[in-house]
Amino acid sequence: MKKTINITINGTAHTLEVEPRTLLVHLIREQLSMTGTHIGCDTSSCGACTILIDGRSAKSCTLLAVQADGKEIATVEGLATQEGLHPIQEGFHLNHALHCGFCTPGMMMRAVELLEKNPNPTEDEIRWGIAGNLCRCTGYNNIVKAIQWTSAKMQDKELPSTEPEFV
Amino acid sequence: MIAESFDYAAPSTLEEAFQLLHELGDEAKILAGGHSLIPMMKLRFAAPTHLIDINNIPGLAHIKEENGHLCIGALTRESDLEESDIITSRYQIFTDASKLIADPQVRNFGTIGGNIAHGDAANDHPAVMIAMNAEVEITNQEGKRTVGIDDFFYGFYMTAVQHGEILTEIRIPIPKGKFGTAYYKSERKVGDYAAAGVAVMVELDADGTCVNAGIGLTNVNPLPMRAARSQEALIGTKLNDEDIAKAAKFASEDCNPTTDLRGDEDYKRHLVKVITKRMLKQAISRAQ
Repeated sequence: MKKTINITINGTAHTLEVEPRTLLVHLIREQLSMTGTHIGCDTSSCGACTILIDGRSAKSCTLLAVQADGKEIATVEGLATQEGLHPIQEGFHLNHALHCGFCTPGMMMRAVELLEKNPNPTEDEIRWGIAGNLCRCTGYNNIVKAIQWTSAKMQDKELPSTEPEFV
Repeated sequence: MIAESFDYAAPSTLEEAFQLLHELGDEAKILAGGHSLIPMMKLRFAAPTHLIDINNIPGLAHIKEENGHLCIGALTRESDLEESDIITSRYQIFTDASKLIADPQVRNFGTIGGNIAHGDAANDHPAVMIAMNAEVEITNQEGKRTVGIDDFFYGFYMTAVQHGEILTEIRIPIPKGKFGTAYYKSERKVGDYAAAGVAVMVELDADGTCVNAGIGLTNVNPLPMRAARSQEALIGTKLNDEDIAKAAKFASEDCNPTTDLRGDEDYKRHLVKVITKRMLKQAISRAQ
């Protein structure tokens, strides 16, 4: 039997009918046609489906849509504003932190919560912080650099170089 | 992957939850963090007809020291343990364990009660609770009862929590003297189950003699296991290198690991020995 739920996604309130077994990621992608949130492994391993639910990063392939009733959800579509890109998007862009881009939405949403809770993470804290997000292209180094750059940017500190390093 | 069809209810009191459990029978399952249950339902290893979501019930998520016990509400998230001042300052065993459980997103939802009530010897909190000599509070329509951790695990996915009951709190007796704790598991990659894991608690008197010890082992026995002979070998000693080596040897002899993709039996026994040694040293260095 379908349930009625009320959720807010990126600031917009929705009242929706869902089957209890509908996964949150399917609600977002199929019912709301917001395809920025990706489905990678579908087994809560890869993190491509990461969104924020009441500010906490979560794997939307392992949550039921009904569990989001009454909650605020943030997806990658909500990062940029009229004024321009979110600092994390700018950081990923300038630091070449993506190749194919499949993991990027989840990686950025995870980084947003990480920096919210810990504005000055060490490299080790960043690497453990994105341990639930797999990237098969970059080797992670530029993702770590992008998060370090964003950390500096969000606190108006001196920005690290975005020149690529040749090792 | 889509789970089989089921009906869903999210009661706002424990009484309503018990009423639903009573009416719906044993095909109804409790949904807490859901990060073990939902994957099992997606794979259709589990197909409950009803889910009773207890996340809207107040009073089940807390971390407090009360009446000589550390009390942790069953709905406390792994990430809440990592961020709690009480836990990080005095009970590092929980932060050690939480950091090694799955990944940050999963820890934002996974609960400590669920980790134990799932009844899987591969989970990490069972061994931690054994080391800490925890008691588990189970609530049903008639009231509450308390089960010691050694009587809690019955078998694979089976615990003392019966149908119609909900695990509501975990209580850990706070050691009276100086004490230190530590946990580590060897895992092949982030989010994997342990090849072997060891949880340790040591309590010392004023001159450094061990008066109490708790050692729990992860994923090297059909049930979460207490290394009883190792504990006994430590009590009354000054915890010098020979005492530690003896306790580690006993743990590696007494566990019952099986050969699988994470390693063969000998390798796992070796891991138990090495990790027991290291965690004892870590716990002693943390004792205060």
